[in-house]
Amino acid sequence: MSKENNYRLDYLDQLESEAIHILREVAGQFERPALLFSGGKDSITLVHLALKAFRPGKFPFPLVHIDTGHNFPEALEFRDALAERIGEKLIVRRVEDTIRQRQLTEPVGKFASRNALQTFTLLDTIEEFHFDACIGGARRDEEKARAKERIFSVRDEFGGWDPKRQRPELWNIYNGRIRKGENVRAFPISNWTELDIWNYIRREKIDLPSIYFAHDREVIDFQGQWVAVSPFIRLDATDQVQKVRVRYRTVGDMTCTAAVESSAAVIDDIIREITATRTSERGETRIDDRVSEAAMEDRKKNGYF
Amino acid sequence: MDLLRFITAGSVDDGKSTLIGRLLYDSKSILADQLEALEKQSKNREDGEIDLALLTDGLRAEREQGITIDVAYKYFSTPKRKFIIADAPGHIQYTRNMVTGASNANLIIILVDARNGVVEQTRRHSIIASLLNIPHVVVAINKMDLVDYSQDRYNNIVIDYAEVARTLGLKDVTYLPISALKGDNIVERSTAISWYDGPALLDVLENIEIDHDIDLRRGRLSVQYVIRPQTEELHDYRGYAGKIASGTYKKGETVTVLPSGQTSRIRSIEVGGAAVQEAFAPQSVILQLEDDIDISRGDLLVSGEELPRVEQEFDVLLCWMDSKTLAPGNKYLVQLGSRTVRGMVKEIEYKLDVNTLEKLPAPEQAGLNDIVKATIRTASPLPFDRYADLPVGGGAILIDETSYVTVGACMVQ
Repeated sequence: MSKENNYRLDYLDQLESEAIHILREVAGQFERPALLFSGGKDSITLVHLALKAFRPGKFPFPLVHIDTGHNFPEALEFRDALAERIGEKLIVRRVEDTIRQRQLTEPVGKFASRNALQTFTLLDTIEEFHFDACIGGARRDEEKARAKERIFSVRDEFGGWDPKRQRPELWNIYNGRIRKGENVRAFPISNWTELDIWNYIRREKIDLPSIYFAHDREVIDFQGQWVAVSPFIRLDATDQVQKVRVRYRTVGDMTCTAAVESSAAVIDDIIREITATRTSERGETRIDDRVSEAAMEDRKKNGYF
Repeated sequence: MDLLRFITAGSVDDGKSTLIGRLLYDSKSILADQLEALEKQSKNREDGEIDLALLTDGLRAEREQGITIDVAYKYFSTPKRKFIIADAPGHIQYTRNMVTGASNANLIIILVDARNGVVEQTRRHSIIASLLNIPHVVVAINKMDLVDYSQDRYNNIVIDYAEVARTLGLKDVTYLPISALKGDNIVERSTAISWYDGPALLDVLENIEIDHDIDLRRGRLSVQYVIRPQTEELHDYRGYAGKIASGTYKKGETVTVLPSGQTSRIRSIEVGGAAVQEAFAPQSVILQLEDDIDISRGDLLVSGEELPRVEQEFDVLLCWMDSKTLAPGNKYLVQLGSRTVRGMVKEIEYKLDVNTLEKLPAPEQAGLNDIVKATIRTASPLPFDRYADLPVGGGAILIDETSYVTVGACMVQ
């Protein structure tokens, strides 16, 4: 074996190193960054990467959760336990409060999703704490609009993303300079795919909320997707509540995230299922992306994460 | 399993998007719902077959206008490698986008239309590939189906391109005949091209040797952040966090801190919280040093055989990326690694014709997509390597001091 072979990094190590580099650039370039934490696997992975980037020091940013009030209880418990275990600061801001303070109109319908209202709470939170950069767990493989976003994504004072005015990003130099009122969304795991995340979670033995693994749940069949029965959705007379063994492939709100039928009890099973599946992560589990071809593009332009 | 980043270059009709679509489709990276969306859109466009090119169009604005705005990234993997594709569009802003996409690429696929052979665009793409020092070049001679899979046609193009490669000093060039539309030699060897006995494109991508692309002789680590826990038990802990851009770092080894020039020895190295004896590019690490010297973000920790230069004035090849023009005397922020200093573009020596490599007389102002040779003077000394020797030590960006937009990419000469 030649000497060079001892100096070879596995692809997961390369992705990890890139993500740590980006996290440290955020820490080095911004006064008041924050890490947006949802309790989902991508942001849990981000926290794991931040531990690698900053320990034995403290995180140079708090974890911030925008709580829609429609979250899975398991994800919320997990969030609190994780923040407690690592001893980092957690800030929670509730969409409920924004709705009241700003007299926003609650969406109506069968799956009345607060997904769009989150943006108001997020922008208020950014203003309240004067955050200049928000780290997020978005990945470019998730969605077409994401594929075009830079790693440091400059947003205007309304959080808006203008795809035509993105800064070119060269080598591994990130330009985080912003004018007053602007802020940056930074995406350290841009180059990871869903499968990369799962392989990394397996390798690093990262804990996840229980809903990622197969469990029995009361669901209804909505246009071929399993939607959990919860106080946040409206059951109609025609809905048949069934108990199905499911797991979640993504964790968003209970109103807009669908479960997949599964018997996967451990990570290896999940990876096997994902490798075999013929449907994309968002296509299979997100009710909110089905609205139109450009659903995500439009949300991002309006300040969505 | 390792990681290969590549960029595809071709003009609008060379079949670039079809090629990427084909790679994703045939390697089964496109999933049922994405395909369904694709079929729906293909129907909207009223031309029967699935249009694989649609896979790479991202935004509605682009789909409606049939153009691509910026660099898009696509992902697929095989059991051997994970691939990251930078897809840069082929219209007016091409130079800017291609330079951006090429800056991180291990490999470039240059598409040549078999009907047209080596054309001006082929030269331009190759020149940019050589300016950016992309280590590996694959010349994919596409649309072979439209020239009856002619071996003579293919051979003539190879001879023509070999001359381009020779002039530019491109070292590792691989040629292959393909048809992206028909899937010939993309994932599977083509049966239609019986005279070709080389590997299919995916085979080339999976097997090209990239271990030697990283320089292990010259250690470069730009300090991003200083970790100081300031707790009882870690009272004296002062860790310099950064990503090793090149080279190796060993415990006990002497490092030089630039631009100050002070030296110290490495007391400890941590990778992801674990102490190691040695670390190497491209790992992200924390170094602690024996001596308590003043080091902060932007300082360069150097190990190995050769020191970078440390100067306040240097020449660059500069790709201008903004619609505001560049005039000599303009001031910008210069960012190299994690170091940012104020700088001024003193003079423009010449403009490079990216189609011919010809040096044109210096323009009064450089505009979007121009590549010029210029001299930059900085307010304080900057450590750097020549880009051609060590790209990770010689690539810098220029930032507009008022809009903070990234306006230029510099390759230090």
